[in-house]
Amino acid sequence: MATTGVIMLLFLIVHMAGNLKIFFGPTDFNGYAHWLRTIGEPALHYSWYLWIQRVVLLGCLVAHVVSAIQLTHRDIHARPQRYRSKRPWRATFATNTMRYGGVIIALFVVWHILDLTVGAVNPRGEAGHPYQNVVADFQVWWIGLIYVVAMLALCLHIYHGFWSAAQTLGANNAARNVAFKTIATILALVITVGFLSVPVAVMTGLVS
Amino acid sequence: MSNKIGSYTVGDDLVDTKAPSGPVEDRWDKRRFGAKLVNPANRRKHRVIVVGTGLAGGSAGATLAEQGYHVIQFCYQDSPRRAHSVAAQGGINAAKNYRNDGDSIYRLFYDTVKGGDFRSRESNVYRLAQVSVEIIDQCVAQGVPFAREYGGLLDNRSFGGVQVSRTFYARGQTGQQLLLGAYQALERQIDAGNIEMHPRTEMLDLIVVDGRARGIVARDLITGEISTYLADAVVLASGGYGNTFYLSTNAKGSNATAIWRAHKRGAHFANPCYTQIHPTCIPRSGEHQSKLTLMSESLRNDGRIWVPKKKGDTRSPEQIPEDERDYYLERVYPSYGNLVPRDVASRAAKNVCDEGRGVGPGGLGVYLDFADAIKRMGRDKVAEKYGNLFEMYERITAEDPYQVPMRIYPAIHYTMGGLWVDYDLQSTIPGMFVIGEANFSDHGANRLGASALMQGLADGYFVLPATINDYLARGGFDQVSPDDPVVTATVGEVQDRIKRLLAVDGDRTVDSFHRELGMLVWDECGMSRNAEGLRKALKRIPELREEFWQRVKVPGTGFELNQSLEKANRVADFLELAELMCLDALHREESCGGHFREESQTDDGEAKRDDDRFSYVAAWEYTGVGEPPVLHKENLDFEYVHPTLRSYA
Amino acid sequence: MNLTLRIWRQPNADAEGQMVTYQVADVSGDMSFLEMLDILNEDLILRGEEPVAFDHDCREGICGSCGMVINGQAHGPERTTACQLHMRHFADGDVIDIEPWRAGAFPVVKDLVVDRSAFDRIIQAGGYITAPTGTAPDAHAVPVPKPDADTAFENATCIGCGACVAACPNGSAMLFTSAKINHLNVLPQGQPERESRVLNMITTMDEAGFGGCTNTGECAAACPKGIPLASIAKMNREFLRATRKAGR
Repeated sequence: MATTGVIMLLFLIVHMAGNLKIFFGPTDFNGYAHWLRTIGEPALHYSWYLWIQRVVLLGCLVAHVVSAIQLTHRDIHARPQRYRSKRPWRATFATNTMRYGGVIIALFVVWHILDLTVGAVNPRGEAGHPYQNVVADFQVWWIGLIYVVAMLALCLHIYHGFWSAAQTLGANNAARNVAFKTIATILALVITVGFLSVPVAVMTGLVS
Repeated sequence: MSNKIGSYTVGDDLVDTKAPSGPVEDRWDKRRFGAKLVNPANRRKHRVIVVGTGLAGGSAGATLAEQGYHVIQFCYQDSPRRAHSVAAQGGINAAKNYRNDGDSIYRLFYDTVKGGDFRSRESNVYRLAQVSVEIIDQCVAQGVPFAREYGGLLDNRSFGGVQVSRTFYARGQTGQQLLLGAYQALERQIDAGNIEMHPRTEMLDLIVVDGRARGIVARDLITGEISTYLADAVVLASGGYGNTFYLSTNAKGSNATAIWRAHKRGAHFANPCYTQIHPTCIPRSGEHQSKLTLMSESLRNDGRIWVPKKKGDTRSPEQIPEDERDYYLERVYPSYGNLVPRDVASRAAKNVCDEGRGVGPGGLGVYLDFADAIKRMGRDKVAEKYGNLFEMYERITAEDPYQVPMRIYPAIHYTMGGLWVDYDLQSTIPGMFVIGEANFSDHGANRLGASALMQGLADGYFVLPATINDYLARGGFDQVSPDDPVVTATVGEVQDRIKRLLAVDGDRTVDSFHRELGMLVWDECGMSRNAEGLRKALKRIPELREEFWQRVKVPGTGFELNQSLEKANRVADFLELAELMCLDALHREESCGGHFREESQTDDGEAKRDDDRFSYVAAWEYTGVGEPPVLHKENLDFEYVHPTLRSYA
Repeated sequence: MNLTLRIWRQPNADAEGQMVTYQVADVSGDMSFLEMLDILNEDLILRGEEPVAFDHDCREGICGSCGMVINGQAHGPERTTACQLHMRHFADGDVIDIEPWRAGAFPVVKDLVVDRSAFDRIIQAGGYITAPTGTAPDAHAVPVPKPDADTAFENATCIGCGACVAACPNGSAMLFTSAKINHLNVLPQGQPERESRVLNMITTMDEAGFGGCTNTGECAAACPKGIPLASIAKMNREFLRATRKAGR
């Protein structure tokens, strides 16, 4: 889970940074989207790189989710009888909600692909015009809400997930613990703020 | 004279036929060479039972299995790692002389014989000192994390009764770390299939066939099933009998059942009155108290013990000015000061409390003050050395020892007495060996600090594995059938006794009897003893025993996990053992080590030995419950360390 | 003080259990939690009822026998063992829930007593240094740098009580296993078996039915000996290292 999580996290950083191009207007943004399909040319054909990336990410996602399911399954079996008294929570909210957050994010990924990649559920859904599609999306309040909820879940997921990956991969120790926690916090906040800036900008009319 | 209180008969003297003669430093080599060996290929055909998994039993089981014997091992705890050796705090002695402070094997030998108040066997003690060196090597090789200095070498500290630093330690958890070393070696052998481990199984009787120990009867504490286990030799490593006193520093489950039942089957019980009272325990806080907690003796390295000079001084300690404090150990024993041996420190504490100068509730306590140490070394240094002990103290008493002096009071801690064994650690029942605290062998009338761990591991790792070969090599082990009449009779007796305990269905709990017995022996056979009190106890104990068998209430059945039944079984044995303990104390009309007879003291209240009459080991032969036992004496010769008045002044 | 206790009663491994309510009166703040249960048990015995079975032995916080979940927390509200928890941390009229450790790998034997033999099996798989008696070189033959000795000691203080498993929402035994692996793997004496130790112990741990680690940190928070969560990371590092080496 840690390895796949880290790969997807790297993707998210790039994805978020790319999204910010929207603030430079439709030409820049649409151009950027087009350029993504030309990466690797002429060695690769048009949009091959993107497909390679999609396959890798999908592989990561599947592996991540399968691991999560297996882990959850194992953990349920590891405690067949639950405690009768309520357990006081010592761990953070983020830690305790990893599984729920994960489900929210997984559902969102499906929605997001149908929305902005395929365009099937997008109010406009015109291929080759991502800028316009994005703006169309966030002018609908409940689509914006879906996006905001998913990003908050992602924030918590990254906050625990990044530090947790450091633990699992054995990178953490007592001396580095604070550093990893700080990086996790910064990453979670930067990615979330970055992603949320787009719908907020559309909703407030900053981008239209 | 069977109805007279304190009566006994005298039998033949015992002679340890296994200890070689000649220079003391050559005896162990001589014995090892003289001992017969078992061919490695034949070893796995021999089954050896080991009862107990503490330092002695754990190390013995692992070592015997490594040698190739088939070991069948038992402990009453749920895991061998929990045996009570785990609770030893301070350290383990070894004559390594890593400090270059004049230590040597001979000095450790000398200190131990003197510390034992000249009531131990020179041959055994010398061997213990020799082997001590190998123990540290063995434990380090196993990964025991002893305290180290910045150069990476092992650290040492000093302990009561000696003037060198020879104690190796692992913060305040030396026993735990040494036990884990032995436990891990044991688990390795379990995994290798060389040890059949039976946790949560308690030995309830010994099977003696044709005069030789051939197995045990044990109860599975979960199912209640009584089973027999047959073997060629039986090793008891079941610990001491300090829990006779109810309140002691022993674990709640520590018991004397294995050694007591073996005693009833013919093993002589030696020096039962030699019980050690540890001077630094946390005083009891009320009626509910279920056990006493020790604060390591190492605290006496830096803590200063005092009481107010004035009787009945109820001021809080910080309000008592320096010149109104009596640092009585430093005053009376200037050269050893706060580091006098345990028996001396305990008795001195009792004396000042008897004078009415004790502190805390009931006046049963003295101060152990770290104010000077904190001033001298700084709080951090003190915390590094004793932090975990201070925390433990605070947790129990809700007082912060960095701010106010600790209050301590003596408590029963260790029993030097135990089953009699020869130099080979074999009891008077051939084929039954006794190691660790369960035997009587090395400490005489008083044990020095950090020597119990040394003895347990010496017996288990090095002594027993060498001597048991000699017994097994002599052969003649006819197959004992599980249907042998002796076996079925022994099982029958065990079952009957359990049925009887369950059938009483009286109106008093087991604990209430145990508490009453404990109070009685503490009062009459505790820190100081006199003929009148001992006679009183000897009259009362049989009455209490009678009452126990008429009024005890044990709920539940024998075919389940029944902790009340386990306790009842053990307390029934304590009720018999206590009588022998008091009888032994009454017969020994001298003071020595942990045994202080008020009739035998010097003008300034120090213990007075009577070497002319009592320079012997008292080994008692069982003749029946409440019947006068037979006393067998093993006379002690001192060729090297000549008995003198033990002085720590 | 007077207390209401709700205790898990289960006659044996196969029976169904339930919470049963009891009252205890005149509890003093100086009592340990187990001494408070002693009082209840004395009472139950005299009333002709079955006393509550619970594991305990040294009552000094070092043997690791005792363990119960008190008000949802392993060993109760203080960071220590149940035997060293004193009643002064409770107030008159409190209602206290007492349950056994709950984990598939720790089946209940009776009431609050569980079977922790899975821990012994993990040790059997490699939690030792192979050093048969008599083979040891002089103790000073191999100096151990103090930081390594301290790390080894810190991890070796584990008492095997099982609170980590009980507290973990996943019933994972990672903290216990890591403590032993780190204790031995950091020492020079532990090097020859460094890789096999971590691989075998983790395999055995997994087979015993413990849950997986999701780094919630509940184990370290409940550990009466303060084994840090970083121990798990260190074990993970050892595991990855050993896997890499095994692959070669």
